[in-house]
Amino acid sequence: MTADVTEAITRAHHEEWARVVAALTRRFGDLDVAEDAAAEAFATAVERWPRDGVPVNPGGWLTTTANRRAIDRLRRESKRGEKQRAAVMWHDDEPAAPVGAVEDERLRLIFTCCHPALAPETRVALTLRMVGGLTVPEIARAFLVQEPTMGQRITRAKAKIKAARIPYRVPSAQDLPARVSGVLAVLFLVFNEGYLATGPGTDPVRADLTAEAIRLARLVRALLPDDGEVAGLLALMLLTEARRPARVSPDGELIPLDRQDRNAWDRSLVAEGHALVRERLASGVAPGRYQVLAAINAVHTSAREARDTDWSQIVALYDQLVRLDPSPVVALNRAVAVAELDGPEVALATVDRLGGALSGYHAYHATRAELLRRLGRADGARAAYDDAIGLAGNTAETAYLTRRRDELGAG
Amino acid sequence: MQYLVSVIHDGSSTGTAEEMAAIDVFNDQLRAGGHWVFAGGLAAPASATTVDSRADGPPTITDGPFVETKEQVAGLWVWEAEDLDEALRLAVEGSKACHRKLEVRPFL
Repeated sequence: MTADVTEAITRAHHEEWARVVAALTRRFGDLDVAEDAAAEAFATAVERWPRDGVPVNPGGWLTTTANRRAIDRLRRESKRGEKQRAAVMWHDDEPAAPVGAVEDERLRLIFTCCHPALAPETRVALTLRMVGGLTVPEIARAFLVQEPTMGQRITRAKAKIKAARIPYRVPSAQDLPARVSGVLAVLFLVFNEGYLATGPGTDPVRADLTAEAIRLARLVRALLPDDGEVAGLLALMLLTEARRPARVSPDGELIPLDRQDRNAWDRSLVAEGHALVRERLASGVAPGRYQVLAAINAVHTSAREARDTDWSQIVALYDQLVRLDPSPVVALNRAVAVAELDGPEVALATVDRLGGALSGYHAYHATRAELLRRLGRADGARAAYDDAIGLAGNTAETAYLTRRRDELGAG
Repeated sequence: MQYLVSVIHDGSSTGTAEEMAAIDVFNDQLRAGGHWVFAGGLAAPASATTVDSRADGPPTITDGPFVETKEQVAGLWVWEAEDLDEALRLAVEGSKACHRKLEVRPFL
């Protein structure tokens, strides 16, 4: 297959998968039929496009092909005398709430996949499969579960959606705020998996996943322009994504924030993120978690050089975040900022108190390692790097931690 | 679409007069909204009898519920609802009214 065709297929998969699944779900009222038919259409493309050429309108070609496959399947099933499934997913034709001009078929899909009647890990898996177009093995690897387990989770979710009649639509106005926050949690998880991809066989950064999360966040933002947390999450993603070009070295090693080439940051993403943060500040409404995280990233991306960073403002923002989200992970990140303001010794005392809750979290050990190193405690640092390397799933992070450890010498 | 709504209770006390009054109000809302199909309260689990006549020979008749758990079904509703979102909205109100956990389960 020529590089051109391979690229066209990859691009079509990124751009059209969710649209094809959403359109077919709407038409046939069945996620399973839609998913299978979409997968078959892409398999057909892999077979035909190298021979026949890439169609002028790949999305249209894929939707038409998937439609035919779905109809074939439904015919086969009714010929085999299987009971015609009466239970099609429920949807209405009216936009559910007068919330905005943008109505995208994919939004129905994402609200269904992120329904609160599904378990949180199921929502993520289903969204990545149906909206993101990841394969079951990819999702299984991303979340460190066995492939059959992940397959079963998705199959059960589809069965529940159908049996319990989880609707295929944008929720009503009264349900919308709670449902949106559920969607944001899923998008953030997808973004993070792209930003810090796990697994030895994956690229350290999966730009397809971060781009997908941003694309969907933009879509939700267009639907709910007044929702502060939607703006906050989008800003957070943009300001994080902006640093992507500077974040991994040519030989695949993670470059921490203070050593990145800031000229390599994506200026337009930074500007867009800053504008969203300013818009939220101007609103005067008390910010939620994502907005505070976005503000922290705005402070980082406002500094021309790492040494210009306004650490007191960052610590103040983390104090605000701790009040909203008093989790050990937030406390750990606050300690990293405290180290810059009050020194590594103060920070280490805080970090050490989190050991009980975070002993299985690689960033806890990596943070301790860096603090111990700065305090000249090489033995402790070396052991902490070892623990972090053992737990880190990201190849670039592992490479960085390994080099930092080896710099300390054999001890 | 019909849903079985089980009222889950983890004690032996029956509903208070206040709860019963709240349930009456809620049932009136269900009727007015066209959601009410059936409702009933159940006697204590200890009053149940389990029958098994699947095998040949005399049926087995056992005193007590089929499964011993701390949480028991204390009553049930059958609701008509457009979809799970509507059923869950009703369940949020219903759980408040009877002051118990509810399980919402679709009929086939």
